[in-house]
Order: sequence, then C-alpha cells, then structure tokens
Amino acid sequence: MKELFFELSQSWQLEPLEMTGAIALWLVVVSAIVLSFVATFAGVTSWVERRVAGRMMSRIGPNRVGPQGFLQWMADGLKCFLKEDVIPNEVDKPLFRFAPYLVFTGTFAAFAALPFGYGIVAADLNIGIFYVTAITALVVIGILMAGWSSNNKWSLLGGVRSAAQIVSYEIPSGLAILSVVVLAGTLNLQAIIAGQGGFPWDWYIFNNPFTLMAFFIFFASILAEGNRTPFDLPEAESELVAGYLTEYSGMRFVFFFFGEWANLWVMSALITTLFLGGWQIPGVADLAGVVAGVQGAAKTLWILLSVVVFFAKTLVLVFVVIWIRWTLPRLRVDQLMVMCWKYFVPFGFLCMMGSALFVLIAQSPLGETVHLVVRLALTGLGGLVLLLFVRRTILNVRELQDPFYFKVLE
Amino acid sequence: MTQLILEDQHGETTMVNMGPQHPSTHGVINLRLLLQGEVIAKIDPIVGFLHRSIEKLGEMTPYPGFLPYTDRVDYLSAMFGNQVYCMAVEELLGVEVPRRAEYLRVIACELNRIISHLIAVGTMAMDLGAFTPFLHAIRERETVNDFMERICGARINYSYMRIGGVPRDLEPGLDKDILKFLDRFEKFIPEFNRLITGNEIFVRRLIDLAVIPAADAISCGLSGPNLRSSGVDYDLRRDRPYSAYPEFEFRVVTGEGYRGQTGDCYARYWVRIDEMLESAKIVRQALLGLPEGDVKAKVPRKITPPKGEVYSAVESSRGEMGCYLVSDGGEQPLRVRFRTGSFTAMTVLPKIVPGLMVADLTAFFGSLDVVAPEIDR
Repeated sequence: MKELFFELSQSWQLEPLEMTGAIALWLVVVSAIVLSFVATFAGVTSWVERRVAGRMMSRIGPNRVGPQGFLQWMADGLKCFLKEDVIPNEVDKPLFRFAPYLVFTGTFAAFAALPFGYGIVAADLNIGIFYVTAITALVVIGILMAGWSSNNKWSLLGGVRSAAQIVSYEIPSGLAILSVVVLAGTLNLQAIIAGQGGFPWDWYIFNNPFTLMAFFIFFASILAEGNRTPFDLPEAESELVAGYLTEYSGMRFVFFFFGEWANLWVMSALITTLFLGGWQIPGVADLAGVVAGVQGAAKTLWILLSVVVFFAKTLVLVFVVIWIRWTLPRLRVDQLMVMCWKYFVPFGFLCMMGSALFVLIAQSPLGETVHLVVRLALTGLGGLVLLLFVRRTILNVRELQDPFYFKVLE
Repeated sequence: MTQLILEDQHGETTMVNMGPQHPSTHGVINLRLLLQGEVIAKIDPIVGFLHRSIEKLGEMTPYPGFLPYTDRVDYLSAMFGNQVYCMAVEELLGVEVPRRAEYLRVIACELNRIISHLIAVGTMAMDLGAFTPFLHAIRERETVNDFMERICGARINYSYMRIGGVPRDLEPGLDKDILKFLDRFEKFIPEFNRLITGNEIFVRRLIDLAVIPAADAISCGLSGPNLRSSGVDYDLRRDRPYSAYPEFEFRVVTGEGYRGQTGDCYARYWVRIDEMLESAKIVRQALLGLPEGDVKAKVPRKITPPKGEVYSAVESSRGEMGCYLVSDGGEQPLRVRFRTGSFTAMTVLPKIVPGLMVADLTAFFGSLDVVAPEIDR
C-alpha cells in the first residue's frame, strides 16, 4: 500500500509541502479505515459472543433488534453513548476521564502493525511484533489509572491485580514470541508469515516440539494479558464487583469494552501470524512470487484469497477464546502468579533455547529429513488430538439427546 | 454499633464493605473485611438487612393463616418451612396425617431439595467465575418448577401443605412425568460433573480450602450438608425419623475428602451433588410406592390447639430447620420461633475466614450455601 501511495505521489509531482499534507491525509485515511474495521469487529463480536454464550448456556441470547438480534450491538452502543456521563464526586477527575482512552489507544495502536492479508498492513514495520507487545502495554497503565482514580477499594484491588498480572505475563508471552522469532530470523510480522507455508506441517506451531509448547504458553499468556477468562481477575465480578470498571458507565464504559473486544482480534491475529501460518494459502508455496507474476484482477483476487484465509483462521481463534471464556472458572491470584513464574517462564526459556537448537539441527547435513519427519509427526499428533476431541463431542451429544427432555411438560 | 466497626490495628490494612450490594453475598448481607493486601485479616458478618419479623407475625396470625409466611423463611426451599410448621401444629393438635399425604409431602420436599441444591452448586460455580454451569442448573430447576406448579399451583412460594395433610392429590399423569424427569436428571448430573465438577481449575480452587473440622462444625451448630461434609454422619431424616422417611432407602452422604480433605469447600460442593441423586432416589421410591387413601386428615375449621409447647425439626436443604411453637389455647400461637441452617452457618465465618483471600471468601461463602432471608427471617 505504501508503494502504491508513493507511485501515486510521484505521478502527481507534488511539492515538498504538498507532500507532507498528502502524507498526513494518507495517515488519516488509513487510521479511519482501520478504526472502522476495529469498531465493526468489536461490535459484531460483542453480538457473536452473546449469542454463542447463549447457545452454550442453553438459552437464546439477544434476538430482538434486527434479524437474529444482529443489530443489538448498535442499539447498545447508541444507548451507552447517549447516557449521562456520570463522574462520581470523590474521583480523581482528570485521571478518571483519561483512563478509558489510554486502554483503547493501547489496543487500537496495535492494529497499525497487524497484517490482514498479503501486503495488507497499515504500517509494515520491521520491528512489528516488538511494537505490538510494547504498545499493548499501554493498556495496563490505563487500567491501573482507572483503578486508582475511581477512589473505590474494589477498583483499586482490580487495578493492582491487573498490573501484576499483565506485567508478569508479558515475560512468558515474550519468550514464546522469541522462540518463533529465532526460526523466522525477523521481527517483521509479514516476514514471519512468509517464513511459513500453507499446510499445517509448514506452520511454526508444528515446526518442532518446542514451538508447540510455545504456542500453548503464548495462548495462555495472551489470554491473561487480555484479561479474558480464566484470567479475568481484574474485573472478577463475583469477587471485586466489577474491578476497575466499577465506577464507569456510559461512554467511558463502552471504551473499555471496545478495547476488550478489539483486543480479541489482536490476540487471535497475533497467534495466527506467529504460529498458524498467517495468510499462507494451502498449496501455494510462494505467494509473493505468484502475486508478482500476475496483474490486475488476478492480483486482487490472490490478495483477497490471502485475506480470507487469514480471517478464517483468526475468527476460529476468536471463537475458541469466547468458548474458553464461557466454559472455565477463574483462577485465584496466587495460582495465577504461580502458573506464570513457576511454569510458564522456565518453560518459555526452554522453548526459546529448544527452538534455537532446532534451527541448528535443521541446518546440519541430515537436518532437512529429520526436520520434515518431526514436522509431520507433530502435525499427525495434532490431527489425532483434534479427531479424538470431535469423536468425544459427538458421543457426548448422542448420549444426551433425550427426546423427552423438552417435551416432559407437553 | 461501635463494636461492629473494625479497628485498624496494623496500620497497613484496609476496611472494605463486602455487601450489602455485592454480587456474591447471595442476598443482602454485609461482610466487613479488614484486608491486608488481598488477605483477609478479620471478618465481621453483619446480618439483619432482611429481617421481616416473621416470628412476630406468627403471634398475630391464626394457625392456618401463618402458613404462607413459612414459605418466606427460606424462599429457595419453601416446602421445608411448610412442613416443619405443619408438623408442629399437628403435634400440638394430635392429628394423624394420612400416609398418602406423607408420601406426597416427601415427594414435594425432595424435589425441593433437588432444586435448592441445583441453585447452590450453580451459584458456587458462578462465584468462581464459570457462568455456564449456573444456567444449566437453572434449566433443570425450571423443569422442576413446572412440576411444582402442577403439584401446588406456585413455582417458588408453594404454600403446599395444610395442617393435617396436603390440599389436593397429584394430578393424573404427573407421576409419570416426574419419573421421566428423574431419568433425565440422573444423566444430567454426570454431564454437569463433566462440565464443572471435574474441571481442574475448579477443583484446585476448592480443595483444602477453608476446612471446617468436625469439632468446629458441631460447636458452631452447623447442620445439614455443611455438617455432613465435615465428616459428621448426621441426618434428621434417618436419625430422628419423621414423616414417611423410615420407609425409604437412601444413603446419608458425608464428605470423605473426594479430592483434598474432609470438610473443605470441595467436600461441601460434592455432598450437595450426591444428595441430589439420593433425593432423586427417594422421589422415585415414593412415586412407585404411593399408597392409596385420603390426602388430608379431618381437622376442625377453627384451629385451637390445647395449651403446650412443641419443637419439630426437618432436614431442610440448608440443615436442620426447626419450629418451636407455644400455644396458650387460643386461635393464635403465643410464640413462634424458627431455627434455620443459614444463621448458624454464618457463625462459622469469623473462625475460618481470617487468612483466606478475597477470592477464597466468595468460594467459601458460596460453599456454605447461605440464603439471606433465612438468616434474618
């Protein structure tokens, strides 16, 4: 996209000052595109989450506004924006007002470096993954601010829990990222995807046993960083009323939740990028070469296909995260910390070292064959686990199908 | 009131009001906590927000008219309030309840125990952050509520029993429907266990947590599932038989440390799960062996029991529910007094809670299955 922009600006032969203006305009346009995507995604996901939760709890979920309740998120958003902006008397007003925007910014800014498809990225940074982990750390400051400024003991407990939790889990997630980075040899998210292939055995998750472990560590840590169940301690309803959210209502409350659902995309997209082959289309070995070889509509189609693949993988992960949220109970604070420092951090180090070792093994004379065998074996293992899971689900469903159940009262 | 205000002795503690509007106090209860970080240094339970002077109202109401108030003693297990009051008045009057009526009472009570325990285990899962099990439990409860509606016309506040029996017989076909539900319910419990009971996070949150030793449980006057989960094998249905219970076979469930120790939160949870299955067994036996006959004994329209006092007790879903009744020979009781399981369960808090974390307190409080109106009456 950047190339396109420079081609255009050169063909128009802009003056330097006009050039600055054009760049500023370009930035605004790109931000607007990304923002509208994030807003739509967050809104629709809120509806999806509620419907999915409804199905899991054997109830219906929102189904009144629009077909299947699809417009519920608009109605809710509108309602919250029209509500009175309540700011309690005793709060630290500037901090209280500012905190939601910081949380939102932290999540939203991450979208700048996230890939959406082949070549579709707002800013193709060469330190992409580093930037994402750094900028999402803004969220913790916002949450801590919200907890402190609310002048409410429950909020403060929530804020402090959140600070401890997010800062701790940055370490294992960073280590898990590093174990992928040593394989890819770059921090650039597009290049990390380019280093993988279309089929599961080409993905980094099945690259070696250590990245498989790193995948699970990364998945759990990023759930913890995003305050999702089973790590939603900062806003634990049954313990801390609503944690740092307790005093918020209306628009500011929406900003927090906007950030939370947007974060759902950030975490899923990151996992897809790092471990699940990103936008790599199965069967296409060299997408960059293919795209460079064709012109016009064919080029657009290829890029669109890569976007579809990326979105499919990401949305499956979004569903998995929602699914986890409505299935698992919450951990206790000390259990959370024990899990991080006693298990995830040491095993994260192991993953990084092991991955590096595997790079060396793959470079040795017989390495190529050994690596292929390991990859295929791991993929087979993953497939087997998936099959067993599906089988068990089918058996459970069959066992519980009871024609009398809902008819008992007729 | 001054002694209720907690003193800040350590200089590093925070006083926090948990309740009266807190999501996991299960009603209007105020727990004053003195926190050191997240660890509770001291707890002061303050009750009385839901006092409705039911016992005083009893002294101003004729005997039959007091019956609907007994629903409100514990709104999650209203049948037991009905039964304990009816048993007290019947004992004063010297009325013999027909066997069929006793069986119907047992069926209603055990169904009530099932739905009360469903709420208990469901809310306990919710206190630990898992929402789905709660709604699955509620789904089963709704089915039983529909049965209750067909048995007595009400879904929550039943007012089912009358002095001398029950007002009407089972409607035709209801027994078959209840048996069908029991078949389904016996499959539901394993499903529920797969969903939450065996969940490793859930188990790790509960085992070895807030252990109440048997001696403490007895000295605090705990009863019902809370007492049995501490390893004390005591059940009024078996040890002081009333109604038709001697005619049924059932196991008294005690908490023998399924995982962790006897008397921990997981034992209290598990005892309730098991008791639901035992109740289902009792309902099944009662429905299959339902004797023929009247459902109500002959009782004078104007009830004036002779002078005297009586204490009757039933095994409610929250422990021993007792009714102490004094009659002066008039149309209204001279004194009515209820003994409830929730109130005694509150007394165990200051002993066990200090040293736990806030998150543990919600788990512990949920495992005691306290219902706020039953504490205050």
